[in-house]
Amino acid sequence: MTDLTSLGVKEIRDGVAQGDFTAREVAESFNAAVAGAAALNAFIVTTPDHALAAADKVDAARAAGEALGKMAGVPIGMKDLFATHGVQTTAASHILEGFTPRYESTVSQKLWDAGAGMLGKLNLDQFAMGSSNETSYFGNVSSPWRKAGSNQPMSPGGSSGGSSSAVAARIAPAATGTDTGGSIRQPAAFTGICGIKPTYGRCSRWGIVAFASSLDQAGPMARSVEDCAIMLGAMAGFDPKDATSLQMDVPDWEAELNSDLRGKKVGIPREYRMEGTDQAILDSWEQGKAWLRDAGAEIVDVSLPHTKYALPAYYIVAPAEASSNLARYDGVRYGLRDLPEGVGLQDMYAATRAAGFGDEVKRRILIGTYVLSAGFYDAYYTQAQKVRALVARDFARAFAECDVILAPTTPTASFPLGSMNEDPLTMYLNDVFAVPASLAGLPAMSVPATINADGLPLGLQIVGRPFDEQGVLNAGLAIQQRASFTAKPEKWW
Amino acid sequence: MSVDKATVAKIASLARIRMDDEALERMVPELNGILQWVEQLGEVDVTGIEPMAAVIPNTLRLRDDVVDADPLTGGGKQGDVLANAPAAEHGFFGVPKVIE
Repeated sequence: MTDLTSLGVKEIRDGVAQGDFTAREVAESFNAAVAGAAALNAFIVTTPDHALAAADKVDAARAAGEALGKMAGVPIGMKDLFATHGVQTTAASHILEGFTPRYESTVSQKLWDAGAGMLGKLNLDQFAMGSSNETSYFGNVSSPWRKAGSNQPMSPGGSSGGSSSAVAARIAPAATGTDTGGSIRQPAAFTGICGIKPTYGRCSRWGIVAFASSLDQAGPMARSVEDCAIMLGAMAGFDPKDATSLQMDVPDWEAELNSDLRGKKVGIPREYRMEGTDQAILDSWEQGKAWLRDAGAEIVDVSLPHTKYALPAYYIVAPAEASSNLARYDGVRYGLRDLPEGVGLQDMYAATRAAGFGDEVKRRILIGTYVLSAGFYDAYYTQAQKVRALVARDFARAFAECDVILAPTTPTASFPLGSMNEDPLTMYLNDVFAVPASLAGLPAMSVPATINADGLPLGLQIVGRPFDEQGVLNAGLAIQQRASFTAKPEKWW
Repeated sequence: MSVDKATVAKIASLARIRMDDEALERMVPELNGILQWVEQLGEVDVTGIEPMAAVIPNTLRLRDDVVDADPLTGGGKQGDVLANAPAAEHGFFGVPKVIE
């Protein structure tokens, strides 16, 4: 029998439906793979019983001849930013250690309703703040990939680093991610998998630990474009409990997948040719153009003049929103409380937050507090919001001339854990290509393109018009079919 | 603009994060590095541009004006609300004495 852990979402769902294997067999295989991969540190908690219970429900439904859901029999990893009923939800922070929600996030509930089960809660950068998965209170996540001939542990990217590591290592066929400024796409690129951030508002934010609410979006991470289309279909949809949820129908992205790009125009933003970008990344971008041209698309030059300002604008807007969102962690209603002997309420807040937040989280709360403070608000925050409007306008103008935009996902391949910790700014710069689409709320996807001379994966990014996830997925599929990316990490864990 | 140790101490106090001298010393150059880098936004001509707060135009909806419109977030959930509290006492959140 085939090794079930080598299968993706579609293969598992179809195999279970056809009776090639049972959902329980699939869940057992992945539970064993998860248990055997502790060295990756991809999971904060594992939930084998959840996966088995969901699988048994699917097997029983199939035996009874009932209709099966979109994700029936597929066990997935859940980023530990989604509130899960009765299962610890930490955002990889000390301040939420032990927090056990009495409710279920909308996105996770929709996945369970579609027949998926949960293998466990995946590690991440603390409160999703980071690009290397080195800010988690529960330790670094290792990428399953290593440089050829080296044992040095590599970054799986961040913040959805547990998700990318688990999917690339084949200990989960797919996982949820969230993307505030590249946190789905950058880890997907680093680990040779696919990940899509849909249009802002497609997936409900209800029950997701908030980082920067005007930017946060959930999305799927999996090893093929088809699998992403299936899983996104199960995650998306209007939710009255999220005030920014899009009140529109969810297209059948899987059914409409079509890699014939004749009549489509692919824009190449000239401002994305930046100093400091690896030559191998620039080469893969050229290759990507050739692939899309081969799929029938016309390649056109477009301009996004404010690209260079997107990242600094993001590092004002996101920390400002974070400082406000994270004010809720006060040691009163849930999570950690640090109450030194004889102190009052204010000192309890300050002690709790000092003990409960990691350095990167504190840094961003302080930046956010500063840029929102009296006297600096207009110079920093209002200016950043205006620049954000210009970044969005650049995209709107570019999309008058093209249907999708092709760019690299990251300026470099993955780097060794611990190699970028000297200066927070150098880490921020890794999201330079990912952040503009976040600021503009656009659907954007990373698809594996090739491996570099070190044997590490490189991704290509496709950005689409608002609500045009289909166009993004279709271009992604055209790349996937031509890239024939079959490289996978050698098992060392 | 740049911040000194006293300013960082003031921000930390506003953000309710206790920081000792050593932590403040460490944070000053880190924050200044970030603040100097974001200064470049000042170069951008934003004449006539409205600040963007919501990226996808949306209007706020009103829910039905009925009791327990959403049973999950409606009333009668005292046990669930207090379940994760570090100190729940007599059906309330317990906190240290506020008035001296």
